Amino acid sequence: MQWDIVIGLEIHVQLATQTKIFSGSSTAYGAEPNTQANAVDLAMPGMLPVPNENAFRYAVMFGLATNAEIGRRSMFERKNYFYPDLPKGYQTTQLAEPIVGPGYIDIDLANGDSKRVRIHHAHLEEDAGKSLHEDYHGMTGIDLNRAGTPLIEVVTEPDMNNAEEAVAFAKKLHSLVTSLGICDGDMSQGSMRFDVNISLKPKGSETLGTRTETKNLNSFRFMEQAIAHEVERQMDILEDGGRIVQETRLYNGDRDESRSMRTKEEANDYRYFPCPDLLPVVIDENFIEDARSRLPELPDARKARFVEQYQLSDYDARVLSGDARLATFFEETVAHGKDAKLAANWIQGEFSARLNAEEKAVADSPVSGAQLGALVVRIADNTVSSAGAKKVFEALWAGENTEVDAIIEAKGLKQVSDTGALEAMVDEVLASMPEQVEQYQSEDNPKKRKKMLGGFMGPLMKASKGQGNPKLFNEILLKKLEG
Amino acid sequence: MHNKSVAELSRELESGKVSSVELAQQFLDRLKHEDGKYNSFITISEDHALAEAKHADEMRATGKATPWTGVPFAHKDIFCTNGVRTTCGSKMLENFVPPYDATVTEKFRQAGAVCLGKTNMDEFAMGSSTESSYFGATTNPWGLSSGEKRVPGGSSGGSAAAVAARLVPAATGTDTGGSIRQPAALCGITGLKPTYGRVSRYGMIAFASSLDQGGAMARSAEDAAMMLNVMAGFDPKDSTCIDRDVPDYTATLNEPLKGMKIGLPKEYFSEQLSAAMEEQVRNAIREYEKLGATVKEVSLPNAKLAIAAYYVIAPAEASANLSRFDGVRYGYRCDDPKDLMDMYTRTRAEGFGGEVKRRILVGTYALSAGYFDAYYLKAQKVRRLIQQDFINAFKEVDVLMSPVSPSPAFAQGEKNTDPVSMYLEDVFTIAINLAGIPAMSVPAGFVDGLPVGLQIIGDYFSEARLLNAAHQFQQVTDWHQRDPK
Repeated sequence: MQWDIVIGLEIHVQLATQTKIFSGSSTAYGAEPNTQANAVDLAMPGMLPVPNENAFRYAVMFGLATNAEIGRRSMFERKNYFYPDLPKGYQTTQLAEPIVGPGYIDIDLANGDSKRVRIHHAHLEEDAGKSLHEDYHGMTGIDLNRAGTPLIEVVTEPDMNNAEEAVAFAKKLHSLVTSLGICDGDMSQGSMRFDVNISLKPKGSETLGTRTETKNLNSFRFMEQAIAHEVERQMDILEDGGRIVQETRLYNGDRDESRSMRTKEEANDYRYFPCPDLLPVVIDENFIEDARSRLPELPDARKARFVEQYQLSDYDARVLSGDARLATFFEETVAHGKDAKLAANWIQGEFSARLNAEEKAVADSPVSGAQLGALVVRIADNTVSSAGAKKVFEALWAGENTEVDAIIEAKGLKQVSDTGALEAMVDEVLASMPEQVEQYQSEDNPKKRKKMLGGFMGPLMKASKGQGNPKLFNEILLKKLEG
Repeated sequence: MHNKSVAELSRELESGKVSSVELAQQFLDRLKHEDGKYNSFITISEDHALAEAKHADEMRATGKATPWTGVPFAHKDIFCTNGVRTTCGSKMLENFVPPYDATVTEKFRQAGAVCLGKTNMDEFAMGSSTESSYFGATTNPWGLSSGEKRVPGGSSGGSAAAVAARLVPAATGTDTGGSIRQPAALCGITGLKPTYGRVSRYGMIAFASSLDQGGAMARSAEDAAMMLNVMAGFDPKDSTCIDRDVPDYTATLNEPLKGMKIGLPKEYFSEQLSAAMEEQVRNAIREYEKLGATVKEVSLPNAKLAIAAYYVIAPAEASANLSRFDGVRYGYRCDDPKDLMDMYTRTRAEGFGGEVKRRILVGTYALSAGYFDAYYLKAQKVRRLIQQDFINAFKEVDVLMSPVSPSPAFAQGEKNTDPVSMYLEDVFTIAINLAGIPAMSVPAGFVDGLPVGLQIIGDYFSEARLLNAAHQFQQVTDWHQRDPK
């Protein structure tokens, strides 16, 4: 049987406010446990929440960037459940009246198509703390530094039909919130976390199947794997004539396994009700206009500009415009390096590979856009070969020197582009390899000839101590051999 | 000294006839000696009090004294006091010492007042008799001389009994459903529940957040006005606190009442009120007529629904507010928990008393899936109707007057096994909390030797008018000066 896959996402986005949503504690990541939890965060007796205006501003900016209605009157509710890392015994969140109403995001697919994914709503809420199960000798440690960090939970309609679309949406959302500057986007620190709702239905059927929710996926890769895993699991059950149980599941990315966390019957009754400590939040026109004035260039507009301004391909423009910091880095590189295409290639090639290998964010790169731009200039003007440029890049990365030209000089990477000198070297090498010259000249197959040509390059580079311009060597060789 | 009012003590201190430290020591000595009879205090904080008194004398010496500097008083044990344990009348917080002050506590501290300790109360302010305190019941000073042990009302019964017994001239209270006014009435003192949002709730341990309001308990309206001068005002730490100017509540106490329009809600002069009680209340209202006020009957048609609505809304909010008492971070934790669930269930089963558990269960039920609309939402609708009743009434009259409680102080043990009869103690006070308006209880006579209170209810932010009305009454009557002996 053929199946349609239906996917909806719930995405928790940590807002990059300096302080928590209802208290003055810092939200900075990585502090000693419980050093960023004050009496409000600890839910000490008599403590009251005071809303952080910036969290509302960021939520409104998100709403404006996703073409959504802004809830002029929104309300906080208490979601009641007991857990040690939830100090008040309830989470302050929004349900009936969220701050961001229906909106949408357009995603780009690999085949070049674009697809609109509707957002049901996005609401503000506070994060819980963390339960630490390791290193406590069978006990559980509680770290409340994260408790009260503002989140927006973005809830989509079930508009995605495969893992590619879901991941494309997640990446687009990541690109959007980082471009807006409302989230640092650092997945390894839990700044974005995904819950995936998946159901299957017979191909073409109008009726949705029973869905499961896979919770707390914290990378695009795990999300993709979890979807593949869950689709296969459901398909196996359905094809064996079984039924899907509505449940919440946890996916273990390291083992590619999932297990049931709780079924619908076991689900908590959260007993939502309006939080009496917080008045309804009224967002007026001035607040919205202020938020609108803070909107930076968004990824779609930036992509269009990159195509227009730098004549980048659609693909290059999308990759480079998606991440705000990468886009800024690219523009800085171009500003210093002039050749946009070459800059784009280097950023997507050597630079990204190096970041990935070291699991570094763009912001943590030891090489600046200005430095990479200076290197691009030297590649474009033939001062260094691409092999030499890689050596320069390594030296910049390692911090051996900050000046591209100084590195080229010190490492002797400057290409020889003096045609007379190069010709002399070619003559010398050809004279020392008469058999190979003869073989070449008697070969009719152009492919084989091309390959044989490469055989002269090694000795030539050796003769030039690696500094001969390979492109010029090639031209001279052809001229000499084929006259 | 112990018979003097706040205003009188303030003058004594100002004249230099007595120092703050001397005064504090006198009150502490008497308090330690006398309170065995009443159990009106949970904690007597002698060292802190003497340190505050010393500081008060320094304030005075440097010309920084306020009318409260050096005046002894007490806080209901629901207000967090930095460095002094704050129990809320519960085993759950038996050893809880807050590292912070409530805003109300902080304001009295800044004014230089000297807090002698923390008064007894129904556990988590849930009760009308101060019998549900983990630290034992408080006994009403009235009736004791004839050997009767009567309740002081509740939940602020410790504050009411302490003021009535002249252990302190004034004490703070909180009123969620009559918890200042009913004990004030039963103990023959003056109590004021301000408009919701007039006094910060920061650091005041929450029972029902949309109803809780801190207020004043003293022997006279003048002293209550002096208290409100300290307590009222906007607090950025409480989002429900209202940013509005605070008048000097003592400045208008002597305004004449001529022409004041008094409304008598007919629903509050019903069969629930004994003839003897009604007679005292009507006598008091006649005094107002002598002062030039006019009286007319008004109707609060939805008042009869107040208790039902209250006992959905207050427990619902409480069920969430009390979730934080889970044994994880502070307060009571059961011995040797086997696992997390065992810790939660035993901590809460052992740490909370019966009435608190009853209300958590009721509130949890009312918020549960399938019941929410029928209980919580319906109760909120009723609440709006009740509020509208008062708004309509205040289009016709300046203040409303009524009894505070259906009967005078009852015997300990009489009602604490019958929750509904206990809840009916608040039949005349609860609607005021649902509406969020201010009201006072003023001593207005006696029945069988026990004090009777007159309730004066005002429109939003009319505290100055209520205090003025109460003060003028106290200029022509002496009920508030009677001593239980």
